[in-house]
Amino acid sequence: MKHTLSVLLRNRPGALSRVTGLFSGRCFNIESLCVAETFDPQVSCLTVVTHGEASIIEQVTKQLHKLIDVIKVNDVSEGEFVEREMALIRVKAEAGTRAEVLRIIDIFRGKVVDVSPTSYALEVTGSESKIKAVIDILRPMGIKEIVRTGKIAMARAPKK
Amino acid sequence: MSKITGSQAIIKCLQEEGVELLFGYPGGAVIELYDELCKSGIRHILVRHEQGAVHAADGFARATGKVGVALLTSGPGATNGVTGIATAYCDSIPIVVLTGQVPRALIGNDAFQEVDIVGITRPCTKHNYLVNNPEDLVPVLREAFYLAASGRPGPVLVDLPKDIIASMISYPPKKKEPIKMQTYQPNTDPHPGQVEKACRACIKAKRPVLYVGGGVILSNSNEELTQLARRLNIPVTMTLMGLGGFPGTDHLSLGMLGMHGSYAANMSVAKSDLLIAVGSRFDDRVTGRLDAFAPLAKIIHIDIDPTSISKNVGVDIPIVADCKLALQAMNCWLDKSSEYKAEEVTELHRPWVEQVKEWDAKHPLAYMESGEIIKPQYVIEKLHELTGGNAIITTEVGQNQMWAAQFYKFNHPRRLLTSGGLGTMGYGLPAAIGAQMAFPEATVIDVAGDGSIQMNIQELATARECGAPVKIAILNNNYLGMVRQWQELFYNRHYASTVMEVTPDFVALAQAYGAVGLRAKTKAEVVPVIKEALATKNLVIMDFSIHREEGVFPMVPAGKATTEMLLV
Repeated sequence: MKHTLSVLLRNRPGALSRVTGLFSGRCFNIESLCVAETFDPQVSCLTVVTHGEASIIEQVTKQLHKLIDVIKVNDVSEGEFVEREMALIRVKAEAGTRAEVLRIIDIFRGKVVDVSPTSYALEVTGSESKIKAVIDILRPMGIKEIVRTGKIAMARAPKK
Repeated sequence: MSKITGSQAIIKCLQEEGVELLFGYPGGAVIELYDELCKSGIRHILVRHEQGAVHAADGFARATGKVGVALLTSGPGATNGVTGIATAYCDSIPIVVLTGQVPRALIGNDAFQEVDIVGITRPCTKHNYLVNNPEDLVPVLREAFYLAASGRPGPVLVDLPKDIIASMISYPPKKKEPIKMQTYQPNTDPHPGQVEKACRACIKAKRPVLYVGGGVILSNSNEELTQLARRLNIPVTMTLMGLGGFPGTDHLSLGMLGMHGSYAANMSVAKSDLLIAVGSRFDDRVTGRLDAFAPLAKIIHIDIDPTSISKNVGVDIPIVADCKLALQAMNCWLDKSSEYKAEEVTELHRPWVEQVKEWDAKHPLAYMESGEIIKPQYVIEKLHELTGGNAIITTEVGQNQMWAAQFYKFNHPRRLLTSGGLGTMGYGLPAAIGAQMAFPEATVIDVAGDGSIQMNIQELATARECGAPVKIAILNNNYLGMVRQWQELFYNRHYASTVMEVTPDFVALAQAYGAVGLRAKTKAEVVPVIKEALATKNLVIMDFSIHREEGVFPMVPAGKATTEMLLV
């Protein structure tokens, strides 16, 4: 079962390394990991996607909490949440396919961020499944390079 | 405010924390700190290897309950300390390790004696710091002591760049209120609802067992535990780390459980309907095959560390709290509750206690006598007898450790200092020095094997220099005995690399260090040798030539259920 954990930690040298070291040292799995400063420059937010049985996730959460640099751990996938990932995709774009690439990226509400005589670099944002769909559809055109961010997530605000 | 140097600030901080004694080894990166240290009133014990410094600080901490301190230089000084730090981490021992570091400007440059010790020790410290700004120095040191001693204790390392030690700083006054950290707030108070549930389970259960670990020692809750066990008439078994948490000679004591636990202890856990785990962590050496561990029991687990709860074994009634407060709360509930009637509960548990005693009578801890050949268990029994059970015992790791745990009946906490979690050979001698420095008048005995004593044998010089009259009892079988025992049982007696073909003449070795060397080759010589050692004011090595192929029994083979014991 896949879980998306949102971890607030002190923005200090070595704090990230404590988190990743915990995962590798205890054989917990990391599918993706994304980290950046929050609005408070003293605090970073780390989104980690992991999978495992409920008991493993419980251990992951408790162990994260035990790290002195960790402020808060929230399993956002326990409730309603939004998730986004971004991909930069460089795809072949030659005379015969340039227009087709543009049409496809338009359908997915992506953007062209770099142009060369033989390729386009595209920016796409969305859920993991959307990114996968874009990649699948562009693959026959000839993908030259992909860079992905990993997932970021936020719990939805209560409706009432 | 007038400024002082970093080293003066460090000394001042140590004094504020009540440090009177530390263990260390100087070097280029900490030379300035040593200059200041040796002018202060703090006593410094110069070890002969940095691993010894950390083990000694650890032994000091285990024996006293205070934070132990070690001071090492950068690079190899720091890496030599890593085994000691990991040892303390696995057993949750509060120590602060100060390491020197190259000046900040050189960090990352592969400078002479530079190593990323904060990176290296990240997984084996409770927390660690590289002091990057002079003004952080004092707050970091205060936090380090607080972290080491509070919550689930553990080692904290503070890496001190040479230019920080030399910098000029204003010393911030110590605040009256205790340190508060936003990200670290261990929960020490038990949840009253959980306490009530636990108490009700205890007075209703028919076959309850208390399973006690190092948490009881660390939280000094042996008295509360003893009160609880006696008033509820519940048998008590202890882990290696928990020995002394309940009097070993009490009629309710089952001794140790697990791989080399007593028959009665392992049978009781297997048949119990309520297991009350207090400050223990369901370690693999305790549980054996997990699905066969306490299969019939409801489980109460008291522990200060939430990660310990339901890690290996699912728990029915978790209580995240300091063991002392939790046990006090249980005793308090029983004091007040009309549901608890002492005689009824005692009567209810009587058949179970009788059953447990029957198991103990059927297969007590025992060994085969063999005439004049010295049995190691006999040596431990005599050590117990001749010290009145009042010695502080440290051990190395292996057979010597298990025999000491089985046959020295610990009646008091902080009397057995042993590397339980990491299983560090070479721990016993430096730890004994640490304990002896804390209690100069106590009898401190390192129970050792001929293999493990050689792992930190250089500390004989330390003991001599600081006047620690430690008594070392070497159970000498010319083997790495525990591995040899496994090879005998599970590897067709193929003694691969476990025969010690050359061991030093330990008596001559003792003399070479200015200590006293005594040897016993026959059973009749055991008692006179121990008596002479105990009467000697100096450091003593007792070399006992023991039965070479003696094994530690009972034994639960790895991966088996704890009821599948190999008996004597």
